[in-house]
Amino acid sequence: MENGFASPRGDAFPAGLRVLVVDDDPTWLKILEKMLKKCSYEVTTCGLARDALDMLRERKDRFDIVINDVNMPDMDGFKLLEHVGLEMDLPVIMMSVDGETSRVMKGVQHGACDYLLKPVRMKELRNIWQHVFRKKIHEVREIENHDDVQLIRGGSEEFEDGQLLSGGDLTSPKKRKDTENKEHEDQEFNDPSAVKKARVVWSVDLHQKFVDAVDQIGFDKVGPKKILDLMKVPWLTRENVASHLQKYRLYLSRLQKQNQPKSSFCGTKQSDFTSKDPTGSFGIQNSIIMRQNSAGNSSFGYCGNKILVQDVGSEIYESDLKGVISFLPVTEPKKALAADASILQKSSNGSGIGPTHSFGSLGPDVKYNIQSPNCWNGEIPVMQFAQPKQEQDPYRVLEDSYAPLPPSGGPRDQIQANGLQPALSINPRTSVTENSKAITTEIEPLCTEYGSNHAGDISRKRQRIDSFSVGGDTDVANARAFGYMSTSNGSPPMKNHSFDQIYINNWDSPQPNIIPEGGSILISPHEDLEIHSLQGYGYTENVGFNNTEFLTFEHPVPITEPSNHLIDGLRFNYDYPCDSMEYPLIDRSLFIA
Amino acid sequence: MDLKRQAAYMRKSLFDQGYLDEQFIQLEDLQDDVNPNFVEEVVTLFYKDSARLILNIEQAMERSPLDFNKLDTYMHQFKGSSSSIGARKVKSEATQFREFCKAGNAEGCMKTFQQLKREYTTLKKKLETYFQVVRQAGPAETACRPK
Repeated sequence: MENGFASPRGDAFPAGLRVLVVDDDPTWLKILEKMLKKCSYEVTTCGLARDALDMLRERKDRFDIVINDVNMPDMDGFKLLEHVGLEMDLPVIMMSVDGETSRVMKGVQHGACDYLLKPVRMKELRNIWQHVFRKKIHEVREIENHDDVQLIRGGSEEFEDGQLLSGGDLTSPKKRKDTENKEHEDQEFNDPSAVKKARVVWSVDLHQKFVDAVDQIGFDKVGPKKILDLMKVPWLTRENVASHLQKYRLYLSRLQKQNQPKSSFCGTKQSDFTSKDPTGSFGIQNSIIMRQNSAGNSSFGYCGNKILVQDVGSEIYESDLKGVISFLPVTEPKKALAADASILQKSSNGSGIGPTHSFGSLGPDVKYNIQSPNCWNGEIPVMQFAQPKQEQDPYRVLEDSYAPLPPSGGPRDQIQANGLQPALSINPRTSVTENSKAITTEIEPLCTEYGSNHAGDISRKRQRIDSFSVGGDTDVANARAFGYMSTSNGSPPMKNHSFDQIYINNWDSPQPNIIPEGGSILISPHEDLEIHSLQGYGYTENVGFNNTEFLTFEHPVPITEPSNHLIDGLRFNYDYPCDSMEYPLIDRSLFIA
Repeated sequence: MDLKRQAAYMRKSLFDQGYLDEQFIQLEDLQDDVNPNFVEEVVTLFYKDSARLILNIEQAMERSPLDFNKLDTYMHQFKGSSSSIGARKVKSEATQFREFCKAGNAEGCMKTFQQLKREYTTLKKKLETYFQVVRQAGPAETACRPK
């Protein structure tokens, strides 16, 4: 692995892994130190969160991974976790004697790669190197793609024009896909030029600022520098904005493509999810999803997703989406929604999602190319659509899945469906086209994951997806759409909750290749999943905070679909009791370090 | 009975009587040539550090009315700590105490706390004796344990 640990260690990996342990309990500190030494790791202990932060800040590359206790006297363990994730971009493992679901969930939300229960066992500690390793791999890929990205960037600007996306042309979209994928990949990391830069978390607020700035400048005239200046966020760099803008444009272009069923491809790289969670604790997601995809999915092809949103756009965007509207094809307004619903769904399935369901339930308009050989490479088209009016039911969409479109109308809820995916490929692997192959390998984002999902069984439970934007673009777009939506409707686009699911969905889709237990994870009981997967699983990744935008929707749409868990999932939100939810918060696959 | 056998016997009964759990064995496994008295050191550290936690709880217990949240927090810390050496009965009392805190049951808290202190002290004495015997039995014996 070229980006291995500091050079002295070289081949002795994972020996010599530099671990920082933070715990206010001196007894545990002593024990953990001894345990880690037994693993041949290089250990530094710290009894105070502040001291730990100082140490980390003093030399950013001094440590490879941080393990910290949730309950620290001087600072909340979760806060420390956030700081480390944001500033240093190191994988962080949380520990506690308390294994309560809500705590574990919180850890995950804050970006923890893993959550260990005390008493901690040696075997759990032995595995922590996987988190670091995984992160390194991603970074390597990022660098490798950097060059490609540069090229693409040049070319893609044209595409982003908005005019480009005319649905009929199959070849160009494909090409674009490649481009997009690469871009996405690059953007995933949010900074092609620096391997270890801290990731930017595109929170709802931040994204809103971004959207406001774009609006102010005028969509056609935007450029990263202008946006950056307007946003007035001191720590944000031009690069951060540039990559975010890229995604945003792709999202918009995707919407534009919606009209053309065949040509639409979903390739969202999903990297950013904007979380509207009011508590603000979310953020995770995208990155998680993204990670998942990368590894395993080789099988996806692009499919013409059509789904979608055909008209959703028209309804939603008409009035409000200033720049965006132009891109959206205006087809029959209502029907599209139905299609959308199907789209939504999918994303969540982690490993198991099979092509099966869901799309079937969409309205007549929805014609998925489910069987299309080219389906998805894993990129999930994010369709977001708002429901202009309730009449559509269609959101039910997938049988098992997702589609939580709120029955009650109101555009407020925008649902992004990744849905197509599942339907698409019965055998995703076989349908991989050249493009997709290329893409799959390069793309790390979630999208790929989704593709892989089809292959397996779809664990419905996990598919919550009510609304979840698969790719980064989607997020952006969605966010933007939301922004618009609210203006038009007057109702705030995202209310939060229910969309824990969103990220959950993402989590669902572990890459089948990589995650041996992916499928099973989804099915396992919630509790088990959380604890179990976190502890043993090597793939967790502190992806959470980086570049993830997470959109939350106002309220889940009750799904009439038979699947109970789906419904449970939909309802899931912090206000609801957790036990009914089986969402895979901590899906192993999600955590890809 | 020779010292080695005595040590082994004491050890076994600590497990059989439920004073210690698997975590203690983990500690024993960590003991090696680099840290030949690791287990004893950890136990000593635990008792030293947890004394202050116990004191905090005692002081909090004297307040009226009881601040259950605070008590729960203290006990949470204490429980985490006692889990480090595998103090099974002590940990169980701590859990019970937390239940009473959540229920706002002052009397339950008080009774459980007394019980907890008893277990805590009993274990301390037993372990002190055990380690003495172990030391006297000879260094080779310390890491020994039946599979």
